[in-house]
Amino acid sequence: MKIPKTLKEMPLTPLSLPTIGSMGKTGTWRTFRPIIDYSKCTKCTLCWIYCPDAAITRRDDDSPEIDYEYCKGCGICANECPVKAIAMKREEE
Amino acid sequence: MKSVEQKVLALNGDEAVAYAVKQCDVDVVAAYPITPQTIIVERFSEYVANGEVETAFVCTESEHSALTACLAASLTGARAFTASASAGLALMHEMLFVTSGCRAPVVMAIANRALSAPINIHGDQSDTMAQRDSGWIQIYAENAQEVYDSVIQAFRIAEHPEVLLPAMVCLDGFQLSHSVENVNVLPDDVVKKFVGVRQFPKVLTHEGKLAPLRLDPHNPMTLGPLAFPNYYFEFKRQQEEAMKKALEVIRQVHNEYAEISGRSYGDGLLDPYHLEDAEIATVCLGSTAGTVKAVVDELRSEGVKAGLLRIRAFRPLPVEGIRKALENVKAVAVMDRSMSFGGHGGAVFHEVRHALYDSDKRPFIVNYIYGLGGRDTSPMQVRAIYKDLQEIVQKGHVETPIKYVGLRE
Repeated sequence: MKIPKTLKEMPLTPLSLPTIGSMGKTGTWRTFRPIIDYSKCTKCTLCWIYCPDAAITRRDDDSPEIDYEYCKGCGICANECPVKAIAMKREEE
Repeated sequence: MKSVEQKVLALNGDEAVAYAVKQCDVDVVAAYPITPQTIIVERFSEYVANGEVETAFVCTESEHSALTACLAASLTGARAFTASASAGLALMHEMLFVTSGCRAPVVMAIANRALSAPINIHGDQSDTMAQRDSGWIQIYAENAQEVYDSVIQAFRIAEHPEVLLPAMVCLDGFQLSHSVENVNVLPDDVVKKFVGVRQFPKVLTHEGKLAPLRLDPHNPMTLGPLAFPNYYFEFKRQQEEAMKKALEVIRQVHNEYAEISGRSYGDGLLDPYHLEDAEIATVCLGSTAGTVKAVVDELRSEGVKAGLLRIRAFRPLPVEGIRKALENVKAVAVMDRSMSFGGHGGAVFHEVRHALYDSDKRPFIVNYIYGLGGRDTSPMQVRAIYKDLQEIVQKGHVETPIKYVGLRE
């Protein structure tokens, strides 16, 4: 999207639009990486609901998939998972 | 064009507001009661209860919330109205700026009342004068008829795509809010057609298509986000531009309404009375003009060239109009129904004097503070002001630039 330079190019009032990655690839902020053990996953979708960055998507069969380009590694999904199917592993490991 | 046939109702100023709002196809009214505004939302809630309107009526827990609800409704595209006064308006202070900054055309009636302390429920213009820099259009009415007419016009002005600013219609507490007058009202369908349906400027969405500037789940956008030092200033400058455009829009809407109703108030911005050949003149806002006009009539019958300039639109201020109207007058008395503590005179005085600075023929200009806390201002006192002006013209200088009318000194 073109960045406005003068007030003539700007809207009447500030507004922001939904944009993927407006802050860049926030996945680089991550210290701990969530790893899903699909053999334990019950496809309950709680991780998808709780992910504050919408970095988890649902596949056609409702199993979760993590977008590591934007996942910041907050660990909320691992905390919420009722069957402990998500482990948080240090990035360098 | 012949004006539309109208019926006459006995309404006080507050009821005139409520009746006008009933006819303006308003979607949301959110309000909190405060004297002397209470009758407005009381009457309107009766219209809602009787099923005479399809408006969502929201009783909020404070004026801050009332205006916030109106702002939010307005941002979704609804037509929103509220009313307040005095401490209620003061509590809205923060949201007044948010509303104008979001360019939400909310319309609000203010039954002007004094601010505490000491606590006082009676009329003066301290409340709206304190909010004159909040980015709202301010229209001051002289009588209940003009209150009715101004509310209808206010929706058209505020929602005009080149304006998109919130608007206040100000009526003097008790003198107008609680005094019953004959008010000519237009038929419902005529008002509905005049006010029309809200129009929206278009903005580019995240998908690159044009959509109305409003909150809509199909075209998601956030309104009212951050704008840091790199953008904030430009948004504020655009509000000033909108105010400039409002000058012309107020005039246009007023003239169009005059064709339908047969009623006009000067050019919609300024309402002069016997000013063409006046040597001495007063400037005032609101209901006081009624008293002043009676005095001008008396003085004229005695051969005194007295005149009056009533400022109807105080925001935006018609600076050029004020200069043209007053530059050939020899002495001008500006009447302020509020104080600007520590300033040199009242707010109206500041601005009228400022407008005249660029004139080659600067008249003498003095200030009269009057009517605070609902104190009555009599025709005798207004006559004394004109007498002062005659003396200033005779002597050729001003002795006391700021005076207080009816104050026990």
